[in-house]
Amino acid sequence: MTAAAPTATGTPSRRVTDNPWLTFAVRRTGRLLVSLWVLVTASFLILHLIPGDPVRAALGPTAPAALVAARRASLGLDRPLWEQYLDHLRGIVTGDLGSSLGSSLPVSRIIGQRLPATLELALLAFLVVVALAVPVGAAMGVLTRGGRRRGGELAFSSTSTVLGAVPDFVLGVGFVYLFSVTLGWLPVAGRTGPSSYVLPVLALAIGPAAALARIVRVEMLTALRSDHVRTARAKRLPAWQVVLGHALPHALTASITLGGLLLSALVAGTVLVENVFSWPGLGSTIVSSILEKDYPVVQGVVLVYGAGVLLVNLLVDVVLSLLDPRSVIRES
Amino acid sequence: MTTVVPGALVPLADRPAARGRWGSVLRTPVGIGAAVLLAAVLVLAVVAPFVWGARAEAVDTDAILQGSSAAHLVGTDNLGRDLFARTMVATGLSVRLALTATLLTVVLGMLLGAAPLLLGRRAGRLVTAGIDIAVAFPGLLLALFFAIVFGVGATGAVLAIGVAGAPVFARLTSTLAAGVASRDYVLAARVAGVGRFRVLLRHVLPNIAEPLVVNATIGAGGALLAFAGLSFLGLGVQAPDYDWGRLLQDGLSGIYRHPEAALAPGLAIVVAGLAFNLFGEAVAKGIGLTSATGVVARRTAGSDQQPVTGRGPVAGEPVLDVEDLSVVFPGAHGPVRPVRGVTFSVGRGEAVGVVGESGSGKSLTALAVARLVEAPGEVTAARLDFRGTDLRTGGDRAHRRLLGTGFAMVFQDPMTSLNPTQRIGHQLAEGARRHQGLSRAAGLARAVDRLRSVRVPEPERRSRQYPHEFSGGMRQRAMIGMGLMGEPALIVADEPTTALDVTVQRSVLDLLAAIRRSDDVALLLISHDVAVVREVCDRVLVMYAGRIVEDLPADRLAAGRHPYTRALVATVPDMAVDLDAPLPVIPGRPVDPSAQPPGCAYAARCPLASDRCRAEDPPLVADADGRRVACWHADEVAAGAVDGELAAAGAAREEVA
Repeated sequence: MTAAAPTATGTPSRRVTDNPWLTFAVRRTGRLLVSLWVLVTASFLILHLIPGDPVRAALGPTAPAALVAARRASLGLDRPLWEQYLDHLRGIVTGDLGSSLGSSLPVSRIIGQRLPATLELALLAFLVVVALAVPVGAAMGVLTRGGRRRGGELAFSSTSTVLGAVPDFVLGVGFVYLFSVTLGWLPVAGRTGPSSYVLPVLALAIGPAAALARIVRVEMLTALRSDHVRTARAKRLPAWQVVLGHALPHALTASITLGGLLLSALVAGTVLVENVFSWPGLGSTIVSSILEKDYPVVQGVVLVYGAGVLLVNLLVDVVLSLLDPRSVIRES
Repeated sequence: MTTVVPGALVPLADRPAARGRWGSVLRTPVGIGAAVLLAAVLVLAVVAPFVWGARAEAVDTDAILQGSSAAHLVGTDNLGRDLFARTMVATGLSVRLALTATLLTVVLGMLLGAAPLLLGRRAGRLVTAGIDIAVAFPGLLLALFFAIVFGVGATGAVLAIGVAGAPVFARLTSTLAAGVASRDYVLAARVAGVGRFRVLLRHVLPNIAEPLVVNATIGAGGALLAFAGLSFLGLGVQAPDYDWGRLLQDGLSGIYRHPEAALAPGLAIVVAGLAFNLFGEAVAKGIGLTSATGVVARRTAGSDQQPVTGRGPVAGEPVLDVEDLSVVFPGAHGPVRPVRGVTFSVGRGEAVGVVGESGSGKSLTALAVARLVEAPGEVTAARLDFRGTDLRTGGDRAHRRLLGTGFAMVFQDPMTSLNPTQRIGHQLAEGARRHQGLSRAAGLARAVDRLRSVRVPEPERRSRQYPHEFSGGMRQRAMIGMGLMGEPALIVADEPTTALDVTVQRSVLDLLAAIRRSDDVALLLISHDVAVVREVCDRVLVMYAGRIVEDLPADRLAAGRHPYTRALVATVPDMAVDLDAPLPVIPGRPVDPSAQPPGCAYAARCPLASDRCRAEDPPLVADADGRRVACWHADEVAAGAVDGELAAAGAAREEVA
């Protein structure tokens, strides 16, 4: 792994070829591998960094010493550290993540049961973010370009600032109060049907949507001022073609990097929102496991969340490279 | 690699710290509001435990889990304690924990961020790589991870949130420090043998302190929200202590019976988070924006309306006919008019040059006749005819086809003027497909043909490439090819060679000249380069401060009758120039378009300026040959009155320098 480390730091690689796409692929893969290694090692270290004996902590001070020793042995904690590390790596490759200290179920099965609920939540929220932020941000960019409609700009920026500053779990509580308790329109918690998705998805999506809409508007203003949009206007294309064909793609490409950060923050946001709505996903699992000191489950879920974030980041870079061929060259 | 620092605000320009700028933040409505809000939160954090402490702890078993009433504004909890008092008292712990975590973030982040400066290249690079990996993970996820490691509880949560924020702050610090570390005074200190640590402390940190403080303020808001989140999950503050997150969790479980218990701490979290955030953003905006708003003298309307005679010698129907064209922009202190009553015309196949210093309004004139000036800019004209069609009437739609096929534009920088994300062939074909109804294939075929005619080698292959795969000269030729997709009657080229390498400027100019000759296309060439214009054009318009001051044949430039024309020509070195003598320059500075003098705009720099010049703007008057000049002393200039002055001024300036 140390051999791959310089790739991540940006030193020119020896393998650089004439093909920028190949260089991009090699570099990006190298960085992904290093990040994965850090993630795997971090999840391994959880058991060893926590203060005190994790098994004693999990079983409680009254548990018999023999049981503690047996659990330690079953977790492999009595073996040398490097052996444990190799075991950990082997387990991740083969999909064997150990079993829960509480329920004795395999961690991989627990994750398998809980992951779909979290994925649904995150993906739906992401779709809502894009569906709200892109049209609103782009339209506000067009409407407020060149200092037009100052009032509209003020209304938009203050609304989006406030919405963006309300944390998702507080928004969720507010939604529960308004739509479930007061109006009685939607279920208060759980995952029981299409209507139960509305509040968690909105609670998760509205903050990032407000933030992304602001970004899209600013990038749209920049794009509308750019020389190549002036060229498009000089071609006398209709306004919609200038905006949709030239300015918007540019604004979206420029928004992708920050949008990707919002998206990976959204993955993390599921932890809080799931706990507001008792959503049976990984977010409620990790919190209850932390509180119950069920460390194998914690390790497994940390791995899944981390891998999810790395996947999102990879997707963002790939999409960016396809949309903006120059980014491949910058990368090289 | 994502080099952005998530959510961080980086200064727009480096400027020495000025005390006044922090003060100016407090003069904006948002700044005042945010400052008041933040002060209120901070004061409350200190005062609340003393004011409401007793009430918050008072157990009242007769009033358990009540809704809001006169006695209990937001009701009571399961021990009958007043929740309003508890929400107020919780301000103290919430703010204190958030600030502690932020302090940890700042210290750790600055240490990590300065590591590359302190540790030297190798170790520094390793730290940077670690930071790069860490910033890829969302802060909340990192906080959760460290909360597991440091254990459940307030202390663990402070450590977790503090450490989790460090990578982003480290990235910010190293980005800012790297910018400062390569500056001359830091390098000088290094050369002088000042130690690394001392350089960091004395030279680097003071110069990046402002953005760091601003980002720390915003970061404190984030830490406050993160802390509320961890406590809400049960991983932060533990009973019997309580912060807002803890109160929110307790309130959520009973939200059906009395929602106030959840809403009050929720509102508190939002308000406090906003206070930090808005204040930070307001300060960032206040100290980051470098809007140079100069003092502008108010001018009376109509004072620059000048009688104009003639519009240049044009035989037959002109391609472009412009009369009294003005462009107005709203300014901070009233409207600014960078183009003031310009009148000229361009004949069929004629090449007209427009010269002048930057800011003389020549590019804006080109954009205005092309109808490409966008709001808030406003174009007015007594006449604006292109091929006999009045462009002033009707919207964009009315003239789309006429201008799209007949009016070609070539801009200064072909790198930015072409769409970087589209293939060249597509960009050329786009206009033709819209205006001439060409199919996709026919459009591309014509694009290849035009690329060939502007001498782009291997046009088929090149048409499938992106602009960044073209060289500068080739890009500009492609841009010209774009203008040839229709049947242009006029090519407006705005500084077409300025952004190009000297060696390829010639080929682009030759191309323009060749197109003009072979297709009888008129050319309006805007340039600050007198030599270029003199070579390519038949006629030259000299612009100064938004007006045409002289209109004369290109080969008569040296015999100009306006002192500014003479001065421009004198700055161009030719083969006969004495290489030992200093190059002449035009003394003085161009006029600020927002502060035009009442008389001739050139008077302040003119060796012949008289009282009349300073009081009255001279009209543009045509002579018998159709040559036009706007100068009270035109005859004296023609007689050679300024020839000696220019040389003397050049010499004098050289001595001062």
